[in-house]
Amino acid sequence: MIAEFGHFALILAFMVSLFQMTVPLVGAAKGWLGWMDSARPAALAQFLLVGVSFAALTMAFVTSDFSLKLVYENSHTAKPMLYKISGVWGNHEGSMLLWVLILALFGAAAAVFGDNLPPQLRARVLAVQASIGAAFFAFIIFTSNPFLRLENPPFDGRDLNPLLQDPGLAFHPPFLYLGYVGLSMAFSFAVAALIEGRVDAAWARWVRPWTLAAWMFLTIGIALGSWWAYYELGWGGFWFWDPVENASFMPWLLSAALLHSAIVVEKREALKSWTILLAIMAFGFSMIGTFIVRSGVITSVHSFASDPTRGIFILGILAVFTGGALTLYAVRASSMTAKGVFTPMSREGALVLNNLLLAVSAFVVFIGTIWPLAAEFLWDRKLSVGAPFFNKAFTPFMIALAIALPFGAIMPWKRAVFARAARPLRGAFIFALAVMVLVFAVSTGRSAIAVIGAGLGAWLIAGSVADLLHRVGNSGLSRLFRLPRADWGKAIAHAGVGVTFIGVGLLTAWQLEDIRVAKIGQPFDLGGYDFTLRQVDQVQGPNYLSTLATIDVNRDGASVAVLHPEKRIYPVQAMPTTEAAIDNGIFRDIYVVIGDEQADGSWAVRTYVKPFANWIWAGAILMALGGMVSLSDRRYRVAVGAKRAAVNAVPAE
Amino acid sequence: MKRLIFILALALMAPIAALAVQPDEVLSDPAMEARARHISQKLRCPICQGENIDESNAAISRDLRLYVRERLVAGDADDQVIDAVVDRFGEFVLFEPRARGGNLLLWLAGPAMLLIGLLIAWVFLRGRRPTDGAVDALNASEQARLDEIMRD
Repeated sequence: MIAEFGHFALILAFMVSLFQMTVPLVGAAKGWLGWMDSARPAALAQFLLVGVSFAALTMAFVTSDFSLKLVYENSHTAKPMLYKISGVWGNHEGSMLLWVLILALFGAAAAVFGDNLPPQLRARVLAVQASIGAAFFAFIIFTSNPFLRLENPPFDGRDLNPLLQDPGLAFHPPFLYLGYVGLSMAFSFAVAALIEGRVDAAWARWVRPWTLAAWMFLTIGIALGSWWAYYELGWGGFWFWDPVENASFMPWLLSAALLHSAIVVEKREALKSWTILLAIMAFGFSMIGTFIVRSGVITSVHSFASDPTRGIFILGILAVFTGGALTLYAVRASSMTAKGVFTPMSREGALVLNNLLLAVSAFVVFIGTIWPLAAEFLWDRKLSVGAPFFNKAFTPFMIALAIALPFGAIMPWKRAVFARAARPLRGAFIFALAVMVLVFAVSTGRSAIAVIGAGLGAWLIAGSVADLLHRVGNSGLSRLFRLPRADWGKAIAHAGVGVTFIGVGLLTAWQLEDIRVAKIGQPFDLGGYDFTLRQVDQVQGPNYLSTLATIDVNRDGASVAVLHPEKRIYPVQAMPTTEAAIDNGIFRDIYVVIGDEQADGSWAVRTYVKPFANWIWAGAILMALGGMVSLSDRRYRVAVGAKRAAVNAVPAE
Repeated sequence: MKRLIFILALALMAPIAALAVQPDEVLSDPAMEARARHISQKLRCPICQGENIDESNAAISRDLRLYVRERLVAGDADDQVIDAVVDRFGEFVLFEPRARGGNLLLWLAGPAMLLIGLLIAWVFLRGRRPTDGAVDALNASEQARLDEIMRD
């Protein structure tokens, strides 16, 4: 009954979205205020209805209602509650429902917080947003209905893929979707602006917070996924250049570019048509990502629900929206005249370089991801493109970006003299050189990756500090804390990029690995640590059976940690997982994995010492934090405050 | 009954649950082992979904890892070993496509795009250079809005 209720609410939401995508648009064209404003209650109603639908599905998962096909296929009574709930989006149908829920959430947020938007622009934005919603509602209802019943409800379910039964992965998809779908707002604003034929600083000021929020969520989502891969897959890799990872990485790169080009529109009224194009492409790549994951055209560890009809449907949505928006762009872009003038050596010029490098690196990721597909289509060749290619083809762009970033960040607007602009960075430059020499000295004979990674990282961090100090000038420390939040956000996020650079560089170059058969009670050494396998027990978990090892880690006779690596078997899906045991540290992780028992009662053990591993995700957290600080900047609230003052002037009825 | 299922599952899964590189595969010469690992990371497991043979748990990956080490011990250079595996399984197993023939496009796409982008950016930036053009004055409503914001 509840499921049917949810199904019904979903259909109603579809109807509302059809209303919302047409009526306000007509109203905006004709100048009918009532028709335009109908978009706001419609957006709220749509969100409410999808919310009901999503709650109904969650209810079915929580109560283990196996008469629902989806619940039967993805849940089990013995599963812990957290994973019953995360099971809602741990499958194709449910995750699509989460997708539209977030889409409607952003629409509703724009309706609620859009007080200061001109009514015409608001109506058009909400209508475009609703049209995306309508397409995906149709997709869910006609090809991926989560509310299908089974004629004979089975006794118990088939359980969620054990790899997904993990706290890191429970929250990975929601954050990723908040990011993907958040970019739909930038897309809607871009299309609305194209319909309107007008882009100005105010437009950029409305678009930028949405893009910033989407980018932040995407950063967190990607970092969670990477962190999960690190501890769950059993060999401590953090990035695999898997097609689905790439699918989330491309929108991230493009939204980072969009974030920066929107600044130029906001401050200098230039780069307008490029910013619009980026907004369209950023969301376009979000949809390409959805297409890659759902259609199964590219095999990947992630691809769940491979189904050609679904693939074709999403390809259709992608073609209509991206194609439609690009056509509109081709017709209207010429009307976006830029106002600001500047020389190439200026903040604007540096941001153009930033955009160029980010966009081209996204393009490299894109072409590498679809190359196997293209090669098969063009020459009937089956080939693979993987990590070795991306490491070589992608990394140079990031290095160039890191070298240029501190210069660009400190450069004045309009016109700069390089020598004078770079002067505040002298200290940072010397610091970075010192770090490079130090790293080179302690890692003689090893790869250049450590030197480059740590050097660039130090350059980025010190450059951010120098930027802040430069802004303060001679007016003392108290000025530092009165700097606009946007300045702080920028410095924090850029320093975060540096922290990630250090983590990636040093982990890649300095990792130690040991693979051996360990006898119980017999210590072995790796990187100055003594490891002793104490015992191995069989333990029963809530829905799995575990082989649990106890390993003592000592250094110079003192205990560092007692680690418990596990090997689990989830009998329902008959699937084994490895649970690495990690002793986290600021400067190194100790990472232990237990393998198979050998004939003589000893065990295969893999041990790693991973220097600076946590810096990779700490950097991502800093980037997201910087975004958050920037988002709280006063200038995004100014317009809202002005509106409120105007309302107060008119007596309330 | 439940216990029985557990044991059954254990028995069934044990061979697949094997970890990637096994202790018995590791070569005694660390330099050669490092080369073997490096090669393994470039080769794709023919039956898995996007894993290299170094991290894959499949039996065929183990066979390939052993084969790579055999060839290295026999004195082959890295490229020869990779060629030998590609001869058997086709270019599908290469994670780093060779930069020749049609694949040149793949390798050159990024640098070419960067050049095109730099060119476009250059043309654009030249057009943005300050000239002595008059700046459009604000119209009345824009001026009012500006005042409103500035007051805040």
